[in-house]
Amino acid sequence: MAAPLLQVRNLRVEFPTRRGTLVALDDVSFDISPGEVLGVVGESGAGKSMTGAAIIGLLEPPGRIARGEILFDGKRIDNLRYEQMRRLRGKEIGAIFQDPLTTLNPLYTVGRQLVETITTHLPVNPAEARKRAIGWLEMVGIPAAAQRIDSYPHEFSGGMRQRVVIALALCAEPRLIVADEPTTALDVSIQAQVIALLKTLAREKGTAMMLVTHDMGVIAETADRVAVMYAGRVAEIGPVREVVKHANHPYSVGLMGSIPPLDRRVERLAQIDGSMPRLSAIPQGCAYNPRCPQVFDKCRQLRPDLIDAGTTRAACWLYDTEMARG
Amino acid sequence: MFAFVINRILQAIPVMLTVALISFAMFAYVGDPVAIMLGQDFTEAQRDALVRDLGLDQPFWVQFWEFVTNAAQGQFGLSYRLSRPVAELISERAPATLELAFCAAALALVVGVPMGVYTGLYRHSWLSRFFLTFSLIGVSLPTFLIGILLILFFAVQLGWLPSFGRGDTVQLGWWSTGFLTWSGVKALILPAITLGLFQLTLIMRLVRAEMLEVLRTDYIKFARARGLPNRAVHFGHALKNTMVPVITIVGLQLGAIIAFAIVTETVFQWPGMGLLFIQSVGAADIPVMSAYLMLIALVFVSINLIVDLLYYAVDPRLRIGRGQGGH
Repeated sequence: MAAPLLQVRNLRVEFPTRRGTLVALDDVSFDISPGEVLGVVGESGAGKSMTGAAIIGLLEPPGRIARGEILFDGKRIDNLRYEQMRRLRGKEIGAIFQDPLTTLNPLYTVGRQLVETITTHLPVNPAEARKRAIGWLEMVGIPAAAQRIDSYPHEFSGGMRQRVVIALALCAEPRLIVADEPTTALDVSIQAQVIALLKTLAREKGTAMMLVTHDMGVIAETADRVAVMYAGRVAEIGPVREVVKHANHPYSVGLMGSIPPLDRRVERLAQIDGSMPRLSAIPQGCAYNPRCPQVFDKCRQLRPDLIDAGTTRAACWLYDTEMARG
Repeated sequence: MFAFVINRILQAIPVMLTVALISFAMFAYVGDPVAIMLGQDFTEAQRDALVRDLGLDQPFWVQFWEFVTNAAQGQFGLSYRLSRPVAELISERAPATLELAFCAAALALVVGVPMGVYTGLYRHSWLSRFFLTFSLIGVSLPTFLIGILLILFFAVQLGWLPSFGRGDTVQLGWWSTGFLTWSGVKALILPAITLGLFQLTLIMRLVRAEMLEVLRTDYIKFARARGLPNRAVHFGHALKNTMVPVITIVGLQLGAIIAFAIVTETVFQWPGMGLLFIQSVGAADIPVMSAYLMLIALVFVSINLIVDLLYYAVDPRLRIGRGQGGH
């Protein structure tokens, strides 16, 4: 395998508040190789979007990276100054946000927004940038791109706007895309189209992608590898097939089990009892222990790191070899 | 677009007619012009003749129609106090007020908007805190007090600037301007600050609040995520999105500056329309008062029209019927 494009190492993000420091992300580590799609799943508030925001260097203050590092192409980017990081954003690391209805500036034509992004990052004149902008709109499947380029965002439907957002994220040809729930706000019928588009473009351009979503269907279809996040930590990470079909961490098992099977009737949908702890009340030991069906003493006291669990790596004491021996 | 303007002008007509009715009613209810014109000694016959001459024996609607048609041609009769045509008096005074209002509005915008942007962007800097504290003074001190304090300091103690009047003016056709002479410019400074200070602080606080709002939006985050330079994000994307509410308030305030320059003009003895008005009120000079009322209504109506057109220019979502819409 090629050297990783993105390396996240023991990332810890804190929010200092008046009532004490909240730890939003703790000890998050993963790699993304060039051209690879890493799916990040988990419940709301698990820290998926926060991880994305930390990578593009746009954590909302007072949130800050307290420990760990982020390496892009082998160089640290978590400690860059704002201006240096700005040059990377869009140019090397593109971002796609959740709601296409609010992501585009309503007062400017989509063409203007594309052209300003292109001319900011690439050494081209405005006429050439406009030509490329039309090319990108065509590539993301906007019909009559040469005319629609002078339309305003409100003249497009939600699905079309998300295509424009994708064009904006890709137009300076970044090597990594951080896509934060790119289909959540769209109609189900449009979701598949947008995902297919993202997948095709990423493949054609060799762009790596971090795909944050809580839609397992999207992950199963698009991702090469999956990271399951829970309460600000990575619970399990591994190849998509293994995690979806043979999850090792009890939380992943529960998460996958709650996807209703289509091929047979079930009386009740499987669900995980309880809810994810708030950031201010993460229990001692493994954060999942109050909800875990296989909990034992050690889980209540010590927090597990990612442990080799055969096909995947899981943060679970069940796979601790010492325990197996003992 | 054209239809929109026509529509707006048609809507303005009832407004102007209503104001005209009020202006007209002043003649009937505030003092008796016949009594004023006749003086102390008169016969019943003289009185009747005058009433007939003035058309006051005509039915109400006929008189009102006369008033409106004359007003539309800019004729408001003679001032009781100065015995000169009202239109002439007002057109003599208007340049003074308009120049003062223009300077005050320009000051408020040129200083207020950048201060608002700065305090919105750097919320916690000490300079922002200073601006905000300072703006409280601007909002809460009454205009006349600011004027008097400025006179005390800059005119009386330091002696840098004149304390009253317009200085020397230059006549350009019917327009007399104070911009072209040094003493005219110096005379403008204190009244313009006095008149503009409240607007300045208002605009600053408004722009700040709007900036804070806009900076939280997704499209600003996305603009940052696209790696646009701060300048483009702050001034291209954020500031433009704050403009619709700012234009609304500035428009209304510009009307207010022109209409209510009265206090400032009185403090500085500025020979503008406000001073004319206040002197006319003192003398119950009804033709001047009613003409002033009509003029101010016209100013407000025109500014509102311009504000609506500016919305159009700023916000494409309001431009309906562009044809190529659709989904």
